[in-house]
Amino acid sequence: MTEVSKPDKARLVELLRRFIDPESVIDDAETQRPYECDGLSMYCEMPLVVVLPDTVEQVQQVLRICHQHSIPVVARGAGTGLCAGAMPHAEGVVLSLAKFNRILSIDPLARSARVQPGVRNLAITEAAAEQGLYYGPDPSSQIACTIGGNVAENSGGVHCLKYGLTVHNILSVEMLSVEGEKLSIGSQGLDSCGMDLLALITGSEGLLGIITEVTVKLLPQPEKAQVVLAAFDSVQQAADAVGGIISRGIIPAGLEMMDTHAIRAAEDFARAGYPGNAQALLLCEVDGTIEEVQEHIAQVEGLFASFGATSVRTSQSETERALLWKGRKSAFPAVGRISPDYYCMDGTIPRSQLAHVLTEMQRLSGEYQLRVANVFHAGDGNLHPLILFDANVPGEFEKTEEFGARILELCVQVGGCITGEHGVGIEKIRQMPIQFNEQELLQFNAIKDAFDPAGTLNPGKGVPTLRHCQEYRSLETKTMPPSTSVKGAA
Amino acid sequence: MADIVPLLQQQILSARDQGTKLNIIGGTSKAFMGRVASGDPLNVGGHRGIVSYQPVELVLTARAGTPLIELVAALDEHDQMLSFEPPRFSAASTLGGTLACNQSGPGRPWWSSVRDQVLGVRLLNGRGEHLRFGGQVMKNVAGYDVSRLQAGAMGSLGLITEVSLKVLPRPAVSCTLAFDLGLEDALGLMNRRAAEPKPLSAACWLDNRLYLRLSGAPAAVDATVRQWLGQGERLDDGDAFWVALRDQKLAFFAGKAPLWRFSVNPTAANPALEGDWLIDWGGAQRWYRGDASMAQMQAMAEAAGGQVSLFRGGDRQAEVMHHQPQALQTLQQRLKQSFDPDGVFNPGRLYGWM
Repeated sequence: MTEVSKPDKARLVELLRRFIDPESVIDDAETQRPYECDGLSMYCEMPLVVVLPDTVEQVQQVLRICHQHSIPVVARGAGTGLCAGAMPHAEGVVLSLAKFNRILSIDPLARSARVQPGVRNLAITEAAAEQGLYYGPDPSSQIACTIGGNVAENSGGVHCLKYGLTVHNILSVEMLSVEGEKLSIGSQGLDSCGMDLLALITGSEGLLGIITEVTVKLLPQPEKAQVVLAAFDSVQQAADAVGGIISRGIIPAGLEMMDTHAIRAAEDFARAGYPGNAQALLLCEVDGTIEEVQEHIAQVEGLFASFGATSVRTSQSETERALLWKGRKSAFPAVGRISPDYYCMDGTIPRSQLAHVLTEMQRLSGEYQLRVANVFHAGDGNLHPLILFDANVPGEFEKTEEFGARILELCVQVGGCITGEHGVGIEKIRQMPIQFNEQELLQFNAIKDAFDPAGTLNPGKGVPTLRHCQEYRSLETKTMPPSTSVKGAA
Repeated sequence: MADIVPLLQQQILSARDQGTKLNIIGGTSKAFMGRVASGDPLNVGGHRGIVSYQPVELVLTARAGTPLIELVAALDEHDQMLSFEPPRFSAASTLGGTLACNQSGPGRPWWSSVRDQVLGVRLLNGRGEHLRFGGQVMKNVAGYDVSRLQAGAMGSLGLITEVSLKVLPRPAVSCTLAFDLGLEDALGLMNRRAAEPKPLSAACWLDNRLYLRLSGAPAAVDATVRQWLGQGERLDDGDAFWVALRDQKLAFFAGKAPLWRFSVNPTAANPALEGDWLIDWGGAQRWYRGDASMAQMQAMAEAAGGQVSLFRGGDRQAEVMHHQPQALQTLQQRLKQSFDPDGVFNPGRLYGWM
């Protein structure tokens, strides 16, 4: 399969420019620079070439050439990912799908939209709005992130407890195999015969194929949404209140918790009126019909009071609802103001373990002498500790990464997982053997082999090879130097 | 309440050594599904029991051989439910079989499918390795989604031994409305209603009647009933209708005529095929009774944007699932190989070529 001589960079560029607009085959360092990393910017690499094809046939051709010569291919959407999943390969091609940015059709009656992979998440909702519809998953990067990347990462957002993840909100994908062969997976129906390949592809981090089209489900916009803000004197009380709501049979549209560091930073930044002395804050959004929201909001207010909330405030207008959310939504940049850098983690834990995990995290915070602020998708147990550090202090980033790894181990110990929504990429590949044993990792590798025997699709990401695992187990934590500060959003 | 994994593991390893095949059996309630079974029985029915259930976490983990009715009883105590309303073709229907056959009931378009609610599985692969994928938390993107891949695989990738599921609170009230409507009008109305932000939870058409179920907070259901009722009728025994639909106990499902299942675009014009039709899932799942050729049915399903399977009856030596293009066929064979290199599990049950 492999040609006798692998083309060098100049030859590869020439091959690609035969069928792609020469300006869309980027081979100079300066123009390539924006592609050297994704949202997790301390992991950087310069690729051999960046290509921005604008037809599926061109993508096929790129894949055929790369397959023939065993050249790594790293697919890329908007580059907002937070696990270095889109970090280039030094000897590979970055395949940007940015030009595939058209919404092909919206079917309001069937409540679906057919879109190209480079369409932004929010653009789908905006386009569907006039039909009274929207796309459910809303990662914080939704202004910029693309649906292709959402499929690759199985992205969530603040509304997933009620509305699900990407895997629950897509009907089908068109994709290309590593050989460039077209595959249609899923249908316009709600399921297809046989094993669920659509689920397997979703969240596969670009390791199994290249998505060229996605059909998403659209949901009717709720008639009404209201948010309740409640302050508590302890994290345990707030966690109990979350349990109380769920036990009462209410599934909130969003249920977010912030700890004291995050509250103060957010309030200083957004002036949303968050009580500055609270130890924990809950934001609980309820949506649905007007009558349903009325009924549930009254129950939520009562529950919060009964669980010892020191203050309870319910949005009385859309403006007030937006203001109350503004604090939460700006929590990350707000934390960025109280620290030169921060590192965002992404474990998931059973909700009942929250107080234990936060206490343990505070202990680790003392051990590493690094502050940590927490924002928590409380409804679904997805925790985002933000470790505050200064990349200019020698050794501090390495310490931060080690602290982060300890947090992820803690999440697995209490029955959770190492990543709830950001993906494994390169960042968490060392933690994969904590969550999975060797046989399980071998099974993952066998799945990869079924799609990509030569291993050229996004190599080195997502799933460690067994060789990797053994190395990781014996290896002390070795990290790359941070080249820029680390900012991320969830 | 027994853990019989070591026994199951031993049976798999010995079949592998001896080059024999295994036919996975749970409660035998879905023996009619798929192609005709072959191989020695591998009975997972004894591997049963709830492993953990924390109502406040909305997560339940149970062994694959646990009967659905046992799960439902446990959930009932906490006013929670299996939101995908799995069919109970018999009292013995199991959790593992429900996932392997991807079976979900009338609420599926609004309350998710079994595939949607799966959070994790444990599974014995063809090498006899007992593996754990996914987990017991709502959000988990570490590794490939092997858990949901099992939905519809009919055991071809391994023996599911344990399943973790997201469960949901039972809605406070439900109410069923019925309207006299022809098929085309009913299809149009169910889709228009589904596009409204109202507490619709099931929509079915049968015998020139459209049935809509509303579920949720009492005030929301009452208000929607007032808006939607019009010339319709509010049924007293609505729940009984949905249970009979779910378990295929309605008269429509009786008798020997082949039962075809179309999974299609909910708005697609119904295939021009004379005979008995039942429309469920707001138009996305359509049932047909009668003799027809697979090729003819596939063409109609594709025209409607979806796929067809011969669900029950008819020729089960032939293919009963929608044709797979060559590239997908090869891919699925390779996947099968990756889980079950010696082809021990359920040979030919899903497709003749697998």
